Amino acid sequence: MIIDEYKKPQTIEEAYSILTTKKNSQIIGGGAYLRLSKKHISSAIDLSNLKLDFISETDDYIEIGAMTTLRELEINEITKKYFNGIISNSIRNIVGVQLRNIATTGGAISGKFGFSDLITALSVLDCKVILYKAGAVKLVDFINQKYNDIVEKIIIRKNNQIADFQAIRNTKTDYAILNVAVSKHTNNSYKIAVGARPGIAIFAVKAEGFLKTVDSSKENAEKAGLIASQEIKFTSNFRASAEYRQELCKVLVSRAICNINK
Amino acid sequence: MKIKLKINNQDKIIDIRPDEMLLEVLRKNGCLSVKHGCDTGSCGACTVLLDEKPILSCSYLAAKAEGHSIITVEGAQKKVEQISKYLVDEGGVQCGFCIPGLVLTVMSMEKELNNPSEEEITHYLSGNLCRCTGYSSHTRAIKKYLEEKK
Amino acid sequence: MKQVNKSVPKIDGMGLAKGKPAFTDDLADSNAIIVKVLRSPHAFARIKNINVDKATKYPGVECIFTHKDVPRNVFTRAGQGYPEPSPKDKFILDEYVRYVGDELAIVAASTDEVAEQAMKLIEVDYEVLEPVLDFEKAENNKSVIHPEKEPYTMFPMGFDASKNIACTYDMHVGDVDEVLKNSEVVIDKTYYTQAQAHVAIETHSSTAYIDHYERLNIITSTQTPVHLRRIIGEALGMPINKIRVVKPRVGGAFGGKQQIHGELFCALVTLKTGRPSKCIYSRKEVFESSFSRHAMRLNIKIGAEKSGKLKAIDLRVLSDTGAYGEHALTVFMIAGSKTLPLYNKVDAVHFGGTVVYTNHTPGGAYRGYGAIQGNFALESAMDELANKLNIDPLELRKMNMIKEGETSEIFKIMGEGGEGTAQIIESCKLDYCLKRGSEMIKWNNKYQNKNKKVIDDKVRGIGLAIAMQGSGIPNMDMGAASLKLNDDGFFNLLIGATDLGTGSDTILAQIAAEALNVPVEDIVVYSSDSDLTPFDCGAYASSTTFVSGNGVKKTAEKMKNLIISEGAKHLKIDVSDTIFDGKIIKSKDGENSISLKEISKGWLYNYGQAQKQLLAVDSYVGKKSPPPYMAGFAEVEVDTKTGHFDILNYTAVVDCGTTINPKLALGQMEGGLLQGIGMAVYEDVKYNKYGQMLTNNLMNYKIPTREDVPNINVEFADSYEPSGPYGAKSVGEIGIDTPPAVIANAIFNAVGVRITDLPITPEKVLLAMKKKQIK
Repeated sequence: MIIDEYKKPQTIEEAYSILTTKKNSQIIGGGAYLRLSKKHISSAIDLSNLKLDFISETDDYIEIGAMTTLRELEINEITKKYFNGIISNSIRNIVGVQLRNIATTGGAISGKFGFSDLITALSVLDCKVILYKAGAVKLVDFINQKYNDIVEKIIIRKNNQIADFQAIRNTKTDYAILNVAVSKHTNNSYKIAVGARPGIAIFAVKAEGFLKTVDSSKENAEKAGLIASQEIKFTSNFRASAEYRQELCKVLVSRAICNINK
Repeated sequence: MKIKLKINNQDKIIDIRPDEMLLEVLRKNGCLSVKHGCDTGSCGACTVLLDEKPILSCSYLAAKAEGHSIITVEGAQKKVEQISKYLVDEGGVQCGFCIPGLVLTVMSMEKELNNPSEEEITHYLSGNLCRCTGYSSHTRAIKKYLEEKK
Repeated sequence: MKQVNKSVPKIDGMGLAKGKPAFTDDLADSNAIIVKVLRSPHAFARIKNINVDKATKYPGVECIFTHKDVPRNVFTRAGQGYPEPSPKDKFILDEYVRYVGDELAIVAASTDEVAEQAMKLIEVDYEVLEPVLDFEKAENNKSVIHPEKEPYTMFPMGFDASKNIACTYDMHVGDVDEVLKNSEVVIDKTYYTQAQAHVAIETHSSTAYIDHYERLNIITSTQTPVHLRRIIGEALGMPINKIRVVKPRVGGAFGGKQQIHGELFCALVTLKTGRPSKCIYSRKEVFESSFSRHAMRLNIKIGAEKSGKLKAIDLRVLSDTGAYGEHALTVFMIAGSKTLPLYNKVDAVHFGGTVVYTNHTPGGAYRGYGAIQGNFALESAMDELANKLNIDPLELRKMNMIKEGETSEIFKIMGEGGEGTAQIIESCKLDYCLKRGSEMIKWNNKYQNKNKKVIDDKVRGIGLAIAMQGSGIPNMDMGAASLKLNDDGFFNLLIGATDLGTGSDTILAQIAAEALNVPVEDIVVYSSDSDLTPFDCGAYASSTTFVSGNGVKKTAEKMKNLIISEGAKHLKIDVSDTIFDGKIIKSKDGENSISLKEISKGWLYNYGQAQKQLLAVDSYVGKKSPPPYMAGFAEVEVDTKTGHFDILNYTAVVDCGTTINPKLALGQMEGGLLQGIGMAVYEDVKYNKYGQMLTNNLMNYKIPTREDVPNINVEFADSYEPSGPYGAKSVGEIGIDTPPAVIANAIFNAVGVRITDLPITPEKVLLAMKKKQIK
């Protein structure tokens, strides 16, 4: 990795102007995984001076600044309080405190890594990404489209969802072999996201549909797990086979639903 | 580029490359306790305290540390000795390569966690890998240290 | 025993914790030239042409070496005794590259960045060859990995490069086929063990400089400084009196630093430029381009009576040594020689097999050294036998295992690549280890093989295994020491033994202190400097406590006698009437006496023509290799829906003779067990179909974190080995041997499926359970 110049802009306008005018410039977030990159970055843009390091609460939303570290996200009282602590739970096993003190929320979602635990967890919440130019974008759209823009913050609607996160790992701090997040609205509708397939989190739409029509018994949770495992595509990599991931999906989805309905 | 860094309570102006990691800069500036172990932010041997919080200096751009305060084991010898006494007594220092990083993380754990359980201790310290000891001696030592400090 | 069997704090512990510069990279000259290695992207290729013109001209580049620029001497990097029991099949650089990561060119430059840029400018024209990536298809493969004419072996070991065979071996006692045929029950199974990476936290590091005597000095993170000096001389064709090798503190080794790595490259650069150089491996280089544990296939047959009495064991091994043959023969032989003697009462035993070359990262020494592979097969198969016979696995071991006062013919037949050394086992507390371990884990309450209760999808199981290792290589490996008396009555202990973080400097000081009856503080240790310290083969084969420890004990006893005899002269009394209690030299009646403090000053400053330096040197070569023994037990809890399991408890009861330093011995055991658990459950070196390593960093190759540690309980048996220093045997390796079999056995006990290929992942457990249900 080579960086030609390091920029710490004082305003987001300035940051955006460097990003859009300078070829091969890049927002660096926490920069935690930069060392692994083989990129040649013309301008590395550090957002540290833009006061994007915050977690706050309005009547309707939780707001998380892009430069908030994963460690802050993990231990913050607000994120722990809502959605059964799913945000905090999903990231507490990422490598170690030291890495979580570097990696940022904006970086974690912009990386769009398939193994991401945070993206899986956020996927089942009513979460929007606030971009400097494009404005509010649904998380799922942010994941699936390319933006040459700056993430300012993410906002999550406080809609009384209950949620649960499940993952299977080899060692306690390893990447998940599979991760699953499930949430349930007060109107009894579910969101089910399955990530680290090893691809990025996607929704189990058929299983969600099935749950709408049935009661919250253990049998139905198991059925939903089975449906999810059949509708979602899994692939093999050196961590696990597609076959095993499919099995895990069945169990983890069902367990998450059961936990929610406890 | 030139940056201002406070290393072990001393203000320094250091000439760095924009892509240089804090680990290399610290080692070049005499902090040899900070170790290179893995290149991927996985092992914790390069841990330093940045504004009292543990970070991985191998995965932190030196330029990003501009204006911040960094503490390594060289700058906290007294406290390091207090904690390490327990580690040494329990046989928790084998090759010793991972210990400076571990001790710094213990220092920050002490500030962050009040009366941590064994589970909380191992979770907080899990980013510091050790291949020699099997960790049990570390846990015994740290529990004893926290207990006797009370 | 005042100074041994005592938990003296490790003498370098506090200094290391406080971050004192003590490791190779800390000691390198700050202006050292940076040495980097351009490595092969192909698993197997011939270099048709390599052009370094552009790279050499790149500003900041000092020099570049390719295979055309270095001496073509064939050698082995194994770091073993001499004559080496490994094929000589390696050149400094060669026109062939034999695995992804093999060395192509050495680049020396002012900085890392310059070296990296220069490497990009080297143009290589490859003839890409078909690699051999399946070790079961290596023998007689049409791709020949070592087609060159030079490789040879120093004694016959079945080496046949044209067939990709690094070595073969075969031995038997009695007629195994006949006894198996007549056995009432026969277990016939195949097991696989994987390559494991050492993952010492300090990567391979070396630095070199030319001193004012114009000699080459190499400071390096090594287990074997003296062998390294010999190998560097051999590879470079230079006299070894021009080379000094110093081992500073080493950041973990586990066998990985028995071999040589970047030392040769630093030597070349420093000899050419006259300037200091250093070569610090990246983690990726350690994974891809150093060594890993030999992967093996083990076919085992056990014949027994229905009563459980064993009749015959037949173990056939195929081992993957990768591109080069370091430790190929010896690791493979130890899969038999340090497992089969556990069951010494069989009528017939056979061990044999082949070690093949492949285009993988080379196999090398790794803690356990074949014994862990053999143990997985033998102790899994014993469990299968117990299950078949419906006998408690604990009872099956008790019925058949070796006991104190017994021997095994294997000791005499199998040694370090050749014949072994007969020995009677004078210390073996396996019976106690099993009894105590089964009490600690509550075996009798927990062991049941039917009607397991599944609660909330979870079910528990329990397993055990026994193991043995050795204590050095008898009649071959030597450890020497010298002790120098200083004014004020303290001693310098100079030892060639290499402390890798194991604490050997501390325990050897304790042994010297015990023999002299002085406090440990009065022994100042300096170790592992080929110019200054006496010979020691190095830290491998579980040798330091036993071999070097005996060397230190002999030396200290010699020093004690010297103090007595010279003291008697000074006091003008008869030697037979003189005693030395550690502080005072005196006549038996106490009438004549002088303190060591006073006399040591006098001998150096005041006694005129009677002034003298007291210096004792001695060395030790083992006449036997007394095995440490242990029993390991684990309790697991398996999630029947995901196959995921937790190891709840791991109990180990160990007979390593006297523990010279109980806390440091405990550290060896706990560390060894966790490395063994890592190998048992997730550590796995994996390649893709091109032979590129997928697990070449610590994000993809996972070692246990402190959150992955089960409740580990280690106890030591009360044991005394008459041939050991103060009754001690070795403790460095034995801890790693049991976890693979113990956990496989516990999983079987829990859910009735037998995992025969390591590691035992949740995926394998679950898929085996599903397969069983379908049946």
